[in-house]
Amino acid sequence: MIAIIDYDAGNLASVERAVSYLGFKCIVTNNIKTIAGSERIIFPGVGAAGAAMDSLKRLGLDSAIKQAVIDGKPILGICLGTQIIMEYSEENETACLKIIDGFVKAFPPDMKSEDGSRLKIPHMGWNGLKNIKKHPVLSGLNEDDEFYFVHGYYPYPTDSEHILGTTDYGIFFASVIGFNNIIATQFHPEKSGRPGLSLLKNFCMWNPC
Amino acid sequence: MLSKRIIPCLDVRGGTTTKGIRFKNNVDIGDPVEMARFYYEAGADELVFYDITASHEKRNIMIDVVRRVAETIFIPFSVGGGIRDIDDMRNVLLAGAEKVSINSAAVKHPEIISKGAEAFGSQCIVLGMDVKYVGESVKIPSGYEIVINGGRKYMGIDALKWAIEAEKLGAGEICLNSIDADGTQDGYELKLTSLISENVGIPLIASGGAGKPEHLYEVLTKGKADAALIASMVHYGTYTISEIKAYLDSCGVKVRKGW
Repeated sequence: MIAIIDYDAGNLASVERAVSYLGFKCIVTNNIKTIAGSERIIFPGVGAAGAAMDSLKRLGLDSAIKQAVIDGKPILGICLGTQIIMEYSEENETACLKIIDGFVKAFPPDMKSEDGSRLKIPHMGWNGLKNIKKHPVLSGLNEDDEFYFVHGYYPYPTDSEHILGTTDYGIFFASVIGFNNIIATQFHPEKSGRPGLSLLKNFCMWNPC
Repeated sequence: MLSKRIIPCLDVRGGTTTKGIRFKNNVDIGDPVEMARFYYEAGADELVFYDITASHEKRNIMIDVVRRVAETIFIPFSVGGGIRDIDDMRNVLLAGAEKVSINSAAVKHPEIISKGAEAFGSQCIVLGMDVKYVGESVKIPSGYEIVINGGRKYMGIDALKWAIEAEKLGAGEICLNSIDADGTQDGYELKLTSLISENVGIPLIASGGAGKPEHLYEVLTKGKADAALIASMVHYGTYTISEIKAYLDSCGVKVRKGW
């Protein structure tokens, strides 16, 4: 069973629908026992970092996620979930879960594209990956594949070894991060058509050693 | 780099689309769920549904459509038409839409934008704007006025001013429809589109007037739009999304390929 962590942060049903569509059993839950008993974990979310951390603490899910990291369970972070596993977010000046070293930064406000027009915030829409590292969850993906993003902040891991893929939006930012049993994407695989579903399927079958 | 988005728009009334997809071989499908699946597989980057059902009690039919669409496609989609309050927004989002589009209700009660953004996040809130050119005046300095009720009621509000205010209130995106260009298939209103897009910091979807791929090229370059809404040009089988994207790609516009 795959536990999709429910902490009042946005449209979790879309993750559930995509995982079910792929034929895997999953449950949207905030129950700590259910999470402890699950085989793998998806940590999604949209919204603001401050409110998200408050909910996680209130529900005791911060410890549940950290325990899953120690237990070596496969964990997939998505969007806000990916930001929350860092040490600290500039958004609402939030102390986060400190699972991956580094912090979460806001896009600079005055970014321009190549033709000189202003780059909008949030970074919303389809964008590709560069510098894709070899990883079982990223297997089969290539630089022509695009994924759906919607975010105004991005993760900035301290250790470049933790960067598994980057994306260009005015700056190059880490759009896939991870180490050991954790992988996390800034984009929404559940909303990214074929390559997104392929990544989700890889995750659902991934056995990190 | 970020791709420009191509977004088919489906008008739904009482659970069926008002314009089905007519293929070149004259097969017509009107079921919005099947159409969604068709456009998803054909390379649409996102979908927009407008519920043009007149009566309030038939809204549940639309919610059911949204739920079934969400089970069928794995790209984002928004739902607009008749969204009046936070409860309407919540129903649509819980049923599986990524975004809600608010138009008349936001003009009448701007606080619905900030309430919606607070409850669900700015990324969920699309401000729909219907705009008509009326000439520059003291009251309407840009020359573009906000109209509601399907273009019938002039509101005395300047479109540019309204777009800037809506961004401040927390709208995450703007879908800008030119009443003058809508339905003409003669091209988007480029001047209006670039005026609004250059003066807001949030993404802008251009709507109204698409008839051929060149029109999308113009609005995504000169018009400074981040995305383009299309309807008849694909619904009637005149063009496929692949053909439109291939054209844009050949002109150097970044689009998503290989879906």
